[in-house]
Amino acid sequence: MLLLNKIRLSFGFLCLINLYLIQAGGRLHAQEKPYFVTYSQDLEEPGNLEIETKTALGQPDVSGRFGATAMEFEYGLRAWWTSELYLDGQATGGDSTIFTGFRVENRVRPLMTEHWINPLLYVEYENISGADKTIIEVVGHDSQSALAIPNGISRKEHQHELELKLILSSNLKHWNISENFLAEKDMNHSPWEFGYALGAARPLRASASRNNCTFCAEKFIAGVEAYGGLGDTFALTMRSTSHYIAPTIGWQLPKGLRASFSPGFGLTAVTLNRIYRVGLAYEFEQVGGHFRRSGE
Amino acid sequence: MIASQINFRNLLLTLIVFATVGIALGAGISNHWAAVPQKEHDRVNPLASNPQAALAGARVYEDHCAACHKSEARGDGHKRPALRNDQLGSRTDGDLQWFIRQGDLRHGMPSWSGLPEEQRWQVIAYLRTLK
Repeated sequence: MLLLNKIRLSFGFLCLINLYLIQAGGRLHAQEKPYFVTYSQDLEEPGNLEIETKTALGQPDVSGRFGATAMEFEYGLRAWWTSELYLDGQATGGDSTIFTGFRVENRVRPLMTEHWINPLLYVEYENISGADKTIIEVVGHDSQSALAIPNGISRKEHQHELELKLILSSNLKHWNISENFLAEKDMNHSPWEFGYALGAARPLRASASRNNCTFCAEKFIAGVEAYGGLGDTFALTMRSTSHYIAPTIGWQLPKGLRASFSPGFGLTAVTLNRIYRVGLAYEFEQVGGHFRRSGE
Repeated sequence: MIASQINFRNLLLTLIVFATVGIALGAGISNHWAAVPQKEHDRVNPLASNPQAALAGARVYEDHCAACHKSEARGDGHKRPALRNDQLGSRTDGDLQWFIRQGDLRHGMPSWSGLPEEQRWQVIAYLRTLK
């Protein structure tokens, strides 16, 4: 009950933020794929700032429900370089609501032209506590037992991690197909941990309507994601780790908002049975232009 | 003495290599239309004769392009060029389709390969209506 109230409060807060954003005016770029874990080749347009909340709701077998939110600030520095800041927090039923840390990441596209497969390089620094439950990546031998540790204990574990990703992505016909391979290292003498994420998505209709509409098929992008751990340098394996498969749908709402939803299903005994993800995004166009001298 | 001459020669060689690569890249950037493959150059907009396509293209343009290229494709007079039909000159529909898909990442134009091809043709149909 307490958790439900906290989630309602958080949702109300997010709605207020989004209402403010709508009043501020602007548009959304519908190119975005509805992935929660997988990265595609899409980068933020230079000068644009996107604010997105990604919320994960789940319940480990032996502890209370939780809701964890990653608030993402994504800025296009160049057409080939995007930088992001994540602020993470979570609320666990019968426990507490806490801020769990931050992440800073950069994605660059080394090849300036479009290819059949487009590589991107991703570098992230994470300063988070062991209580983080956003599950926006799965690596090593991640399992649901780590999500069942009380916040008071898990938050004492500080993780300073470096994460590297190779993102491969293709736009074929109307489909986007993306593959991510990640390696993560806790700087406190831990081994490298590995993981993967795969995604495929397409708009429900390829051509645009001539009239403004909210429920047109082209406003929806549907897809599926699969992600999980690949063990570590001591045991490179797909066993004893989490694997999820998650259908996902994105909806471009009026006034520049984008919503996405994804129910995820655990595929192994150590994985959460189900995880529900909700995303809300808004893009401020040409924020960078306010800081540029005229004529530049 | 000999070592310092060798070092100087290596430095000079390195500078020449970097300068050559830079000039080559610069030439490539300034003449991106020359990079359009003939097959792409020859493509014809399949929606060109469809009046509804330009209307839909105007909506797509407003959603994706107007933030930089401004309303009715007038450009900002600086780095974001106007895209009206008279400014596009002799560019074929195929050239434009190729360029929108590729982008010009070095100069701030993102790749729009994630936008369905039909919508890119709709935008081109719209741009052709702007005199």
